[in-house]
Amino acid sequence: MNRVGIFNVVYFFLYVIAQVLLFKRLVLFNTSFCFLYVAFILLLPIETNNVFLMVLAFLLGFTIDIFYDSLGMHALALVTVAYLRNYWLSSITPQGGYDAGSSPALTNGVQWFLVYTVPMVFVHLALLFFIEAGGFGMFWFTMLKVMASLIFTVSVMLMLQFFSVPRS
Amino acid sequence: MDRLVRFVLSHLAFFTYLLLVILCSWLIIVNNQYQSTQYFNTSNRLAANIISFSQGVREYFSLRRINADLAEENAKLRSQLEHYAVNDSMYTDTTRRFEFVSAKVINNSVMMFKNYITVNKGRADGIQPGMAVISSKGAIGKVKSVSDHYAVLISMLNVDDQMSSVIKRTGHFGTVQWDGIDPRVVNLNYIPRHVTPHVGDTIVTSGYNAVFPPNVLVGIVQKASLKDEAQFWDVKVELAQDFSQLAFVEVVKSYLKFEKDSLELSTTGQIR
Repeated sequence: MNRVGIFNVVYFFLYVIAQVLLFKRLVLFNTSFCFLYVAFILLLPIETNNVFLMVLAFLLGFTIDIFYDSLGMHALALVTVAYLRNYWLSSITPQGGYDAGSSPALTNGVQWFLVYTVPMVFVHLALLFFIEAGGFGMFWFTMLKVMASLIFTVSVMLMLQFFSVPRS
Repeated sequence: MDRLVRFVLSHLAFFTYLLLVILCSWLIIVNNQYQSTQYFNTSNRLAANIISFSQGVREYFSLRRINADLAEENAKLRSQLEHYAVNDSMYTDTTRRFEFVSAKVINNSVMMFKNYITVNKGRADGIQPGMAVISSKGAIGKVKSVSDHYAVLISMLNVDDQMSSVIKRTGHFGTVQWDGIDPRVVNLNYIPRHVTPHVGDTIVTSGYNAVFPPNVLVGIVQKASLKDEAQFWDVKVELAQDFSQLAFVEVVKSYLKFEKDSLELSTTGQIR
């Protein structure tokens, strides 16, 4: 396993611990959740194989589910994000393409980063909350939760990127 | 066959996705089945240990309030004890229908649509799926699944949970169910038109299902309205127990549940 691989194994556990010990408790206005662990799947290197990505997503989602007592829900939402990720990445390739071996991170610019993460996180949250609500019975309230959580999650993701990515 | 294999391989990502989605959907359906025994939740030993560690740290910040609650409950119990000492005749068969096991809450949520509570007592203390759970202030929920030393409860703040309750003043019964929005307020359904629930009426458990002891406080009517064409009242009940402040609960062991269920099953063919 190379250096990036080992780092990502560590990240996997860091995201799980941060999610279940910190972000699980951090709910704003009873509607705004932070599911930061999605960033693990979103920030894996661009060339990562699609199938491998989905298997990782399933493992991560399943681990999160154990702590949320919601067997299968986070896993399903995250596997869908992992499936769509590479297609979405290839359709928003910036001019000149991606650098070899790089991660889809803030290095490509804030605007690009938002275009990349916002729809992905939206898919994740929408699936998660509508499955949990058991359908579209409370459509607008569920939608409010999705939107509030989208803002919260993407903001935290962006802030962590500002701290961790060396800026040129 | 060769072409089929090649077709699957060329769309490997899609078929992997399909397989994983089916697996997840199956897990979701299994998990939604009421009272299943399972290992992949917070009653799991490793998960429960991590959570109780984190709860242990957080608990220090609410010790003062927990202490006050326990002292208050102590005083209440002492006054009840006095009452029993005078009335020895209270010890009949019906008063010994239930036994209570005290347990500490190590995990709790109120903001999801389906909220669960994890407590630190399990099979080793005689807790079984399906038992009722109350606190010193009111009804809490039912046991969903147990491991040796932990149990996961299905909270009353879970859109799937229903509980038979009565309006104490009039004696009419209905079903308490949460609508998923405000963690302080639940709905009381199926109160017929001819009854008039007042704001401030006390709602207690009915005891019709032999899981919950009768007369456990649920909450107080906050708003009652009747639409022109509706068959039933829309009753909003403010919960007696603030679920976001839950620290200790009592699991109710019911001695007569089996007897009551088998009697009902043999006479009517269904368990209420």
